This record gives sequence, C-alpha cells and structure tokens, in this order.
Amino acid sequence: MLPQLVFYVFATVLLVSAAMVISARNPVHSVLFLILAFFNAAGLFLVAGAEFLAMLLVIVYVGAVAVLFLFVVMMLDIDFTKMREGYQRYAPIGACIGGILFVELILAFSHWKMASGTPVAPIQGPAGLTNTAALGTLIYTHYILLFQTCGLVLLVAMIGAIVLTLRQTGSGRRQNIQKQHARVPAQTLELVDAPLGASVVAQGGFLRPHTSYHETSVPGSYASGEQSVADEREKNA
Amino acid sequence: MTPAIAPIGLMPYLVVSAALLVLGVFGIFLNRKNVIIILMSMELILLAANLNFVAFSSAHADLSGQVMVLFVLTIAAAEAAIGLAIVTVYFRNRGSIQVEDATMMKG
Amino acid sequence: MLIDMNLFALAVFLPLAGAVVAGLGGRLMGDGLAKLVTLGCMGVATLCGILTLWHGWAGGFVAQTMPVAEWVNAGGFQASWTLRFDTLSATMVAMVLSVSLLVHCYSLGYMSHESMPVYRFFAYLSLFTFAMLMLVSSNDLIQLFFGWEGVGLASYLLIGYWYDRPAATAAAIKAFVVNRVADLFFLVGIGLIYVLFQSVNYAAIFAQVPHVLGATYHLLGTSFNMVELICLLLFIGAMGKSAQLFLHTWLPDAMEGPTPVSALIHAATMVTAGVFLMARMSPLLEFAPGTRSFIIFIGATTCFFAATVGMVQPDIKRTIAYSTCSQLGYMFAAVGVGAYQASVFHLTTHAFFKALLFLCAGSVIHAMHDEQNMFRMGGLWKKLPLTYACMWVGSLALAGVFPFAGYWSKDAILNTLWAADSAMSHYAWCLGTLTAFITAFYSWRLLFLVFHGAPANAQARDSAHESPLSMSAPLVLLSIGAVVAGCALAPFYVGAKHLAFWNGAIFNAPGNTIMERFEHIPALIGLLPSVAGIVGIVVAYVFYVAAPALPAKMAQAFGPIYRFLLNKWYFDELYAAIFVKPYTAIARMLWKEGEEGAVESLPRDLVRFTSQSAAQAVRLQTGSIAIYAFTMLAGLVVLLTVALCG
Repeated sequence: MLPQLVFYVFATVLLVSAAMVISARNPVHSVLFLILAFFNAAGLFLVAGAEFLAMLLVIVYVGAVAVLFLFVVMMLDIDFTKMREGYQRYAPIGACIGGILFVELILAFSHWKMASGTPVAPIQGPAGLTNTAALGTLIYTHYILLFQTCGLVLLVAMIGAIVLTLRQTGSGRRQNIQKQHARVPAQTLELVDAPLGASVVAQGGFLRPHTSYHETSVPGSYASGEQSVADEREKNA
Repeated sequence: MTPAIAPIGLMPYLVVSAALLVLGVFGIFLNRKNVIIILMSMELILLAANLNFVAFSSAHADLSGQVMVLFVLTIAAAEAAIGLAIVTVYFRNRGSIQVEDATMMKG
Repeated sequence: MLIDMNLFALAVFLPLAGAVVAGLGGRLMGDGLAKLVTLGCMGVATLCGILTLWHGWAGGFVAQTMPVAEWVNAGGFQASWTLRFDTLSATMVAMVLSVSLLVHCYSLGYMSHESMPVYRFFAYLSLFTFAMLMLVSSNDLIQLFFGWEGVGLASYLLIGYWYDRPAATAAAIKAFVVNRVADLFFLVGIGLIYVLFQSVNYAAIFAQVPHVLGATYHLLGTSFNMVELICLLLFIGAMGKSAQLFLHTWLPDAMEGPTPVSALIHAATMVTAGVFLMARMSPLLEFAPGTRSFIIFIGATTCFFAATVGMVQPDIKRTIAYSTCSQLGYMFAAVGVGAYQASVFHLTTHAFFKALLFLCAGSVIHAMHDEQNMFRMGGLWKKLPLTYACMWVGSLALAGVFPFAGYWSKDAILNTLWAADSAMSHYAWCLGTLTAFITAFYSWRLLFLVFHGAPANAQARDSAHESPLSMSAPLVLLSIGAVVAGCALAPFYVGAKHLAFWNGAIFNAPGNTIMERFEHIPALIGLLPSVAGIVGIVVAYVFYVAAPALPAKMAQAFGPIYRFLLNKWYFDELYAAIFVKPYTAIARMLWKEGEEGAVESLPRDLVRFTSQSAAQAVRLQTGSIAIYAFTMLAGLVVLLTVALCG
C-alpha cells in the first residue's frame, strides 16, 4: 500500500508543479517549480527502483541545470510583467492539441504487447550488485562507445556555450611563447646596484622588460600596435 | 524477483509521463513570449521520456532503459547549456527574449 | 582502252581546291593572289578535262568508275564517293570547265570596279564549278543530289553576291526556295528508286529496269506505275533546276547577280543539270512513255511561253534569261521524244552561244555603267565593235542560222520532234518552229535596240568603251565555239559516229529508232526552222530599224496581249496569290497566335504564376518560431492519429 501512496503523492505533486512551470507569471517561480518537479520525478524514479538515476537527477538537474536556468533568468534584465500579454489567446488551441495528444498517448499505451526475448541487460546482474554498480558495469562494457560519445557531446556543448557567450573585451594579455623562448637575459634583465637604504622610487621605480606590453597584449587591445604608440601610452599612464 | 513497480503497475507511470509530455507541449504553445519557459517545457518533455524509460526498464527487468535515461540526461543538459547560451547572446544583441520578436527568418 | 582516272579526278577536284584556298585564305592572301589561284586551278582543271575527253574518244569511251571515298554505309544502304567516266560525264565536264574557265577570266575584267574584295566571288565561282562537276561525274543518285544541292547553294551565294541590294537578296532566296520545292520531289523520287531497286547506284538501277516494269505503288487507294512515278518525280526535280514552266519564276529574277554569274549559272551549267539528269536516267525514262509525253508538253510549252515573254522584256539580261528558258524547253522536248543525244547536243552548243550572249550583254552593261534597260541604249555598234560582232555571232547561233552552232542542234531537235510522229510531238514541233521565229525576232530586237538606232542617252554612248582584254578574249573564244561547235560536234553527238561516241552512256530502248529516223524527214520540214529564223530577223529589222514607231503601235493595238506578255503571263502574281499570300497569312497567324500567343506567353504566364504563388507562399514563412513549433507538433498529432487509426 505504501508504494502506491508514495507514487500518487509524487505523481500529483509532479504534475501540479509541471503545470505551474508553464503557467507561472514570474519565470523565477517557474524555475523553482521546475526544481520541485525534478525532485518529484526523482521520487518516482526511486519508486521504480532506479536509485542511481534518482540521485543523478537531483544532483545534475536540480544542482546544475535548474540553477543555470535560475542564473540566466535572473541575469537577464527582463520586464516579465509585459511578457504575459496575449497569453490567453493561444490557450484554447494549445489545450485542444494537448488534449488530443494526451488521449492518443493513452490509447497508444493501453494497446501494446511486450516483445518476446530475454533482456539485453538483466536488472539482476551478478548477484549482490547494487543498482549503481550494475549500471556502471553496463555503461563501461556494453555501452562504452555511446558513453564516450555522450562525453563528447558534453564537451561540444561546453565549447559551444563558451564560444557563444565569450565576449572579446579588447584588453588582456597572452603569452607569446616563441618570443619568451627566444629571449636572452640581457634583453630583459638589468642589474642595478642598489645602495642600501635607498627606496625603489629613488632608483627610478620598478623596471619592466622593454616592449613587454606590446608583445603580450591581445591584438586590438590598447597596448598593441606600434611600439612607439604603446610606449607613449605607457608613459602617459 | 518481482519488479520494483509491481505494486503500482506500469500504466500509472505511463499516464503520468503522458500528462507530463502534454504539459510540456502545452507550455510551448502557451508561452509565446518567453524563450526560457519554452526551454523549461522541453526539459519537462524530456523528463516525461525519462520517466517512461525508467518505468519500462523496471517493468522489463532490463537495465538498458536506465542507461538510456543516463544518455538522455546528458543530451538534455547539453541542450539546456547551449539553449541558454543562445538566449544570452540573443538578449545581448536584441535586448529581448520574446519569441515573437525572433522573426528575422521571415520570408 | 581505259583512260587515266587520276586526270579526271584532278579535273573534278581542282576547282574545289581553288575555292577552298581562295575562299578561306582570300582575306590573308589578298585579291590578286586569290584570283590567280582560282584561275590557275581552273586552267589546269580545264586542261585535264579536255585531255580526258580526248583520251576517252581515242579509247572508245569505255565506262569507268573511280572510288574516291566511302560515304554512307548503313545497313543495306550504300553510297560512296565515286567518279564515273563515260561519254556523258566527260563531255559535260569538259564543257563546264571550258565555259567556267572563260567566265573566270571574264570576271577578272568585269569585277575590277568592285569596291569590296572579290576573292569571295571567285571562290564562289570555283565552288559552283566543283558542285556542277560533282553532279555530272556522279556514280549514284546520292552523289548527284549532293552536286545538285551544291549548285543550288552556290547559285544562292552568287545571285545574292551583292548582298547590299535587297533585290539581289530576294532573288537569291527565291531561287533557293523554288529549287527546294522541286528538290523535294526529286528526293522523293530517289527514295522511291531505292524502294524499287534497293540501290541508288546507276549501274545497279539500270541493270534491273527490265525486271521491275510492272511494279506498282499504292497510295491513297490508287496504284501507280512505279517507273512512271519515279520518272515523273525526277522530272519535276529537273523542272525546278532547269526552270521549266511553273517552276521557272526564279530564273529571270536570278539576273540580279553579276553578269558572269548569269553566264555561268543560268546559261551553261546549272540550268542544264535538269537536262543532264534526264539524259543520265535515260535507261529508266525510256520505259515511262506517259511521263515522256508530259515532258514534251512541258518542254514545248516552256519553249513557247519563255520566247513570247522574252519578246517584250525591256531588260537586256532578262531577255537572254527567257531565251535560256526557251532553249531549255527545246532540250526537254527532245528528251521527251527519246532523242537524248540531240538534247545533250543542244545543251552543249547552247552553253557556248548562250554564255557568249550573256558575256556580250555583260560587256554592254559594263560599257554603259550598269545600265540594263535596252531602251536606254542604242547606236553602240561603233563604240563596241568587238562586242557587236560577238553579239551577232551569238544571235545567229541562237537563231539557228546555217552554219552556226544553233542550227545543227536546234534543227536536230525539231527534226526529231517531227519524226517522233505522235500528237504531242507534233504539238511540240509546231510550237518549236513558231518559237524559232520568235527567238530570231527577240534576238535581233535586242541587237537592234542596243547597237543600232538613235542613242537614247548620247552622253552615255559617247563614254562607252570596249572592254579590256580579259573580257574580250573569252568573247572571241566563245564566238569561235559558237561558230564551229555545231558542225564540228554534230557527227559525234547526233550524226554518223554517234553510236561509237556515246557507247551506251545514253540508252535508247530497242524500239526507239528516233536517232535514225530524224535524218530522213522531208527537206521542206527540215528547212522550215531556218526559214522561220530568217523571217524573224527580217521582222525585227522592220520593227526596230525600218519603222521604229511600229512596236509602240502594236503594243497599243494589242494592249491586253502586250501586258500579258510583259507581265510574264502573270505567273508571279498568280503564285503570289496562290502560295505566297496564304503562306504569309499562315506565318503571320503562327507568329501572332502560335509564337506570341502560346510559345512566348506560356513561360511568361508560368513566371507570373510562380512569382505570385511565391509571394503567397512567403506569408507562410512568418519567422515566428512558435508557429513553426506549433506546426511541428500538430504534425506529430496527425502522425500519431494516422498511426493509431491506420
């Protein structure tokens, strides 16, 4: 009896929060309801016996994705009150399509048969393995290629996100490794006999390697370009 | 050993996931203004798929379904990251994230 | 004894070499060199041609062939480039080359005042000569047709040589189109020959003729005698090329070309192609009596018709052109009664004196600075004594006065017509004799108008001068030909030696004894054409020298007849009404309705429809992602519905 109770509670809260996600006026509320929905989905996973996935959902979704949503929603300066105009206009047709889809899905789900044949990866696994261990055994053996591909997809997504959002600010420096390797101490080092007790300022301040800004700055930034210009800027600064 | 969902049965899971899917679809229609809500609706749709995977995995006593969920989660995370990045760039360039403003592809 | 065919091949192909070198390289090498090349090629070719003729006679004219190259070899159909040497081709080659050489030479002087480079003209002349040689030296009908079309093309180019004159261009097109009409029949005839004989080779065709006499051809429920039908079709082809009645309209108009062209094409060579074809196909024609009657009818009628029209023409060249038409009618009439030898004889003599007349006319026109109207000339004989003398010789030959060339050949034809002794041939004889009178009349009318009487334009007359040597030399040579060709060649062509001379090149059916019989006709009958000619001369003298006012009175008295003749029996008007106007109407309709209404408007409407529908379709492209997503999901729903219900 308990599992049913737990299931229905989780399911009800899940659907209600999902409804709130799409209907909340404030996107921040939407995100929060999304988090709630994920929690409840994790509960449903637990009921179904997928402990690892449930935890994963909580950690990855609630901890990373949903928070990412929250960041973005809060970061973007949007007048949310204005954004709900015209909202009712599309509700009937959406409801209509949604209703049809729902009915059809139920119809589809109620008429199906299991294909014969043994499972590819029995949930039992070798005796005594936990769900997590069994899953790990599976993805590192049978699904290794797909798993690696998933890693690649994540890498591409990461690079893509960075490339999309990176802003070239026009300042900054980078290494010019060739130049650095080619340098000899005489070019950069100047040995000064500092008398005792004399301050650095009295000795002419901190000396920097000549032309260093010019060579290491980002192209297009304030320190790049002609050496004389760069020196002039340096002096004025 | 009996499946973990034996006491509940497969059907309630499917109904819940179907409802979740429909809610996601409904959300896409309902929110013609805010792209972020649409992204969230898509997460809901993917969640519905995951729920189905898990339910069937449990009912069939086959771990493959759970592996698939793992992959779907990966893809969903990547999609969310890229989608949000695009939204950010779009907002930076156009000052708005209204769906109806995104009509540059108009013929 | 066989002759050296290489010499013969040289005679045929040298003009082509001249045409190619002068035509393609004329711009580079300049006019002088181009003239030299064509003239040199023609000179050598003429020598070769006459040599082969001489050798041929010495060797007894054994028919020979010389394969040059393969042409068509498709299934059962074979046609190759082969030169055929027999009496007919050898005499024709020699005649064509001689006249052509003289015309080339004459053109040097005649075309000297052209402002444009004339290498093109000489290249065309040589090309034309080559095509004609190809025609006469062919060994099968396909090659003959090649030459046939070749002379058609070259004549088009030459008639329209002064392409800046609209009249010349129109005349060129007219010549081409009228010839095409006839060529269609000719081509169908060749096709039927292939159907009947499974070959287009002369030897193969003629060998089989006796076996296919009964063959019939069914068309539209009627059956025709195949041989008659073929001969009729070939004759219609010949009618076009030889300007016989109904298809003659192009010949007078073709006088728009330079005069040497008229001499070459419309007197000596191209127009004789039809006669040559008839002579060449004599083995077939001998078995088509119906067609031959038709040939006599057309020939005799043309003969008379052209002479009557020539009687009143004011244009010097047109008068001679109609005279050509008329003389060709004689030749066809002779073909019709089976006297091919007489026909070819007249063809040969005619080539000399008609070329002479044309070149004399050219000389007059040249002297008068392109004046062609005879009524604006007059009293020229003192200024152009040589031309005057040559014109006399040519006219005497044309009128058939003893012992000039025309006497022998024309009398031979008229005698065969009498001797043939059928209703149609009597009709032809009557018209022919009448025409002999008319011929003499218009020849001397021309002579008197141009050279005697009061000059219509004294200043022009005084400035007239005799032509340079390059023009007068051909005149003299042709005059000699016009004097002696008849009596020198008569024994070979139609006289005592004709059997040995022809040696089977021309075929007379076993029952056809016309060549024997025509010698034995009543003396009075034989004398009549000459008498008619002399009467014609006298009448012309009375009309144009003794009583110059008489022609105008006559024209007034017989106004309708005069106008009828002056307008060339209204053939041009008739054709314009029957063919040209309906054709123009159809063409205009096709242009307005078919071309502009359908062919052009279809793509135009398509474009309009496409752009309009695209403008509508663009509206679907709202750019709104939400609508795209909605459409996608609606599609999903539909798909699911189909999957569930289906």
